Amino acid sequence: MTIQTSKDDLIALTQVVLAEAKKQGATSAEVGISRGDGLSVDVRMAEIDKLEYFRDQGLGLTVYFDNAQGAASTGDLSTDAIRDAVRAACNIARYTSEDECLGLADAELMATNLPDLDLYHPWNLSAEEAIETSINCENAARNHDARITNSDGASISTYSGFSAYANSHGFADVNASSSHSLSCSVIANEANGEGMQRDYWYTSSRLAERLDSAESVGRMAAEKTLERLDARKLSSCEAPVMYIPQLAAGLLGHYKSAVGGGSLYRKASFLVDSLGTQVFPEFMHLYEQPFILQGAHSAAYDGEGVATRERDIIKNGIVQTYLLSTYSARKMGLKTTGHASGVHNLTAASTGQNYGEMLRLMDTGLLLTGLIGSGINGITGDYSRGATGFWVEGGVIQYPVEEITIAGNLKDMFANIVAVGNDLDDRIGTRTGSILVEKMMISGE
Amino acid sequence: MNLMDIAEANLLTPYGLDTNKLDRVFDHLVGSKTDLADLYFQSKRSEGWVLEDSIIKSGSYSISQGVGVRAVSGEKSGFAYSDEISMDALLASAKSASAISKAGQNGRVQSWHRQNAFAPLYTPDNPLDTLTESEKIELLRLADTTARAASPYVEQVIANVVAVHETILIADHNGHLSADVRPLVRMSVTVIIEKDGKRESAGSGGGGRFGLNYFTEAGRIKGYVDDAVRLALIKLEAVDAPMGEQIVVLGNGWPGVLLHEAVGHGLEGDFNRKGTSAFSGRIGEQVASKGVTVVDNGTMPDRRGSLTIDDEGVPTQCTTLIEDGILKGYMQDKMNAGLMGGESTGNGRRESYDSLPMPRMTNTYMLAGEYDPEEIMSSVKNGLYAANFGGGQVDITSGKFVFSASEAYLIENGKVTRPVKGATLIGNGPEIMNRISMIGNDLELDGGIGVCGKAGQSVPVGVGQPTLRVDGLTVGGTAG
Repeated sequence: MTIQTSKDDLIALTQVVLAEAKKQGATSAEVGISRGDGLSVDVRMAEIDKLEYFRDQGLGLTVYFDNAQGAASTGDLSTDAIRDAVRAACNIARYTSEDECLGLADAELMATNLPDLDLYHPWNLSAEEAIETSINCENAARNHDARITNSDGASISTYSGFSAYANSHGFADVNASSSHSLSCSVIANEANGEGMQRDYWYTSSRLAERLDSAESVGRMAAEKTLERLDARKLSSCEAPVMYIPQLAAGLLGHYKSAVGGGSLYRKASFLVDSLGTQVFPEFMHLYEQPFILQGAHSAAYDGEGVATRERDIIKNGIVQTYLLSTYSARKMGLKTTGHASGVHNLTAASTGQNYGEMLRLMDTGLLLTGLIGSGINGITGDYSRGATGFWVEGGVIQYPVEEITIAGNLKDMFANIVAVGNDLDDRIGTRTGSILVEKMMISGE
Repeated sequence: MNLMDIAEANLLTPYGLDTNKLDRVFDHLVGSKTDLADLYFQSKRSEGWVLEDSIIKSGSYSISQGVGVRAVSGEKSGFAYSDEISMDALLASAKSASAISKAGQNGRVQSWHRQNAFAPLYTPDNPLDTLTESEKIELLRLADTTARAASPYVEQVIANVVAVHETILIADHNGHLSADVRPLVRMSVTVIIEKDGKRESAGSGGGGRFGLNYFTEAGRIKGYVDDAVRLALIKLEAVDAPMGEQIVVLGNGWPGVLLHEAVGHGLEGDFNRKGTSAFSGRIGEQVASKGVTVVDNGTMPDRRGSLTIDDEGVPTQCTTLIEDGILKGYMQDKMNAGLMGGESTGNGRRESYDSLPMPRMTNTYMLAGEYDPEEIMSSVKNGLYAANFGGGQVDITSGKFVFSASEAYLIENGKVTRPVKGATLIGNGPEIMNRISMIGNDLELDGGIGVCGKAGQSVPVGVGQPTLRVDGLTVGGTAG
C-alpha cells in the first residue's frame, strides 16, 4: 500500500464512523483512528533475547446527544465492530447527564493550515540488521571496562504509522509519523563485590540516520554505570539542586500539570488563579513551537482539531496562558487554548551557561541525575522524591550519592530557579537545558 | 458450560478455528530448537462510568481481542500478534515468531488435552451484566450524596466504577489447551475538600474478581467515602514531615506495597536468571529478620491479584518467598523456570495478547506475627507512623526502593500524635528487611485497587502485611 492509500483508507474509515453515529441518532461525534507497525529487538550478553513484530490499530470515538456524551473504543476496525462500538457509545449517552460544557470544540477554531511537519521517515530495518546493531551496542558497553560484569541488554525499536482525527464539523485529517530508538543498560560490580549499580543510555529520533552510533550509545551506558559505583548516602542538609535536562523537563512537566485545565477547573492545583502572576523569576521564558520540522511533539492541531499556534507560556516569569481543552475552558468561562493533547514542543530559554558553568554557579550542592517514586501533591505543590546523583563542591563533582530524598514545594522551587543551562538534550520533547534550583531539603543519614 | 467450552465458543469457533487448524499453526511455529511455543487468544470487554460535579459526566465501552504467538528457544523469544483472529493472521504471526528458533523440522502437536480440572477461583459471569446501567449510575450517585453529607467541607466528588470481562484460551506446543474467564471490578471515590481557604484531596476504593453487586452491599460505598473524607481532612492539618533516618511503624493492609517493592520485584525469576537483582544467588541466605515470612499467593478466591491459571495455563499457587527470614524461592514463569532448572510457580502473566508473559506477582503479603499493634506503637519513643501509602518504585539492581506515605503521623513517647505531610520514604530492600524488629498480629490485605507496572505492562495485583516496626528508614520530609 502506498502512503496515500493508507491515509485515504483511514480518512474513509473516520467518515464511516461519523455516518454511523449520525444514523444512530447522535447530534455530533468525533473519532480518532491509529494504525502502525514496527519491529523491536532485545539482545542480552551478545545473544538475541526477544524479537517482536508489532502491528497496532485502534479506534476511539465519542458521540454527543446534545450535551450528553458516550465513548467507546475498539481494536477491531471491521464494519461490524465499528457499528457495535457506535451502538455501545450511543447506549452510554442515554444514561450520562446533560453537561453544557461538553461537546465538540467550536467550528471556527478548527485548523485550516495543515503543513507537512516532516514526521514520517519509516525505517526498513531487517531483523538481522537490528540484531547486529544491538549486539554492537551492547558489546561496546561490555568491553568498555572490566568492572562491567553483567548486562540488562540493548534494544532497538522502530515504529511508523498513521493517526487520523475527524469530527462532524467536517474536519478530517491524518498524520503520518515515525519513531526509532536504540538503548543499552549495563551493570557494574562494586570493588568490594557487595553491591551492583545499573544505568543506561539511549538515542531516539524520527529519522534512523539521526540516531547516535551503536558504539557511542554503548560507551555512554558503560560510563554512566561506572560513575554510579561506590555511591554514598548524604547527611541531611539544605542545598542547591541542579536538575539534568531530562529531569528538568519533568520539573517543567509539573508546571504544565498545575496550569492544565483539568487541575484548574477542579481547583485541584497550587496555581489556581495564577494567570498574569509571577510564578518564575523574571528571566524565565517558556514558549511553545508546534511547527518544528521533525519535532517530537509537533502538530498543527490538538486532539479536538483546534489549530495550535506559537505562543509564550511564561514571559518575564509571568503566566501568559493556561493550558486548556474545550471542556476545561468552558468550565472556566474561557476559550480553549488548543492544548487538548498537551503542549506542542515546550522550549525553556537558556540563561546562557553551559553544563560546566552551571556546576560552577551551583558551587556546592547536588547534581541530580535520577528520580524515583511519585511523591507530588498537585493541590499543595508539596514535593518529596527519591533521588540519585553526585555531590558537587567548588563546581567539581566529588562522589556519587544514593538512597536520599529531595523535598520542597513546587511553588518555591519554581520561584527559586537560579539559571537554565544551554546544555539542551535533543532526545527529549521538552527542550530545556539543566535547571538549577537555589535550595531544597535533602534527607539522608 | 465449562470454561473451556465458553472460551472455544468465543475465541475459536466464530473464526473457523479448531484443534486441527491449530495443529497447522504449530507446524509453522515449532522447530527442532523450540523449547516452548504458545498461542494466547484473548477477548476483553470493559465499561466505565464517571461522576463529577454530581452528574454522570462520562461513560465508555471498550472492545479488544486478538491473538499472541510466541516461540521460545533457550533464552530467545520470538513474538508476533494480531488484532484479528483468523487462520491467515495466525500463520503470518507464526512465521514471524518462529524466525529465531525454526530449523527445518516441523513440530506438529501429537494430541490435544483440554485442561478442565482446575477449580475456578471466581465466577465466569460477565460483571458488566450484573447490574443495569441505571443501577451502575446509582452507585456513583450514592458515593456523591454520601460524601457531601459526610462533611460540609466537601467541594468536589469524583467517583468511578469499572467492570472488565475477559476470556482467554492458551494452546501450547505440548498439546495443552487451557482456558479462563476472568471478571474484574473496581470502584474509586476521590474527594476535594476546602476549609479555611486550604484545599486537599484524597481517595479510596476497592474491588476484586466478582460482579458489581459487591458495591451494593450495605456500608460498602460509605466505607470508601468515609475513608476518603477522613484522609483529606487529616491532610489539611498536617505539619511538615521530619527529615533523615527514623524508626517507622508501617500500618497493615495496603502498606504491604513495601514488600511488593522491597522484595517482591527482586524475587521475580527473570531478574534472578540474569543475575541483575540485589537478591540474585541468595537462596538459603538470611535476607530478612527472623519471624519474617513472605508469600505470593494467587489462589485466594475473588481477589484482585488472583488467577485460576496464569497466562501460560499453569494453575497459580501459594509460593513461599521468604520463610522465617530465609530466602526460599523465586516467582517463575515457564521460560525462566526452565532456564533455571525449576518449575513454573504459576506467575507467568501478561497485560494482554500483544505483550509477552513475564514472571509477575499475584497477591504478595507477609504472614502475621505475635505483637499487638498497640504494643508496637508504644515501643517507639520517637518516630513516624505511616498508616497509608500511595505508590512505590524499586531499582531491583541496587535494591533501592521508595514509597510515598499518604497518611502519616508523628510518634512521640509511644503515642501517635500530629499528622504529617505526605513524604517519600527510601531504603534498600535487603537492608530494610533485616531491620524489621516487630511484626503485628493484624495481617490484612488491601481492598482491591493495586496495579503493578513492569516493562510497560500493567497487571492487577494484591498486597498485604501486618503492622510492622522498621528500625530505620530515611524519611523525605522538610522539617529538620
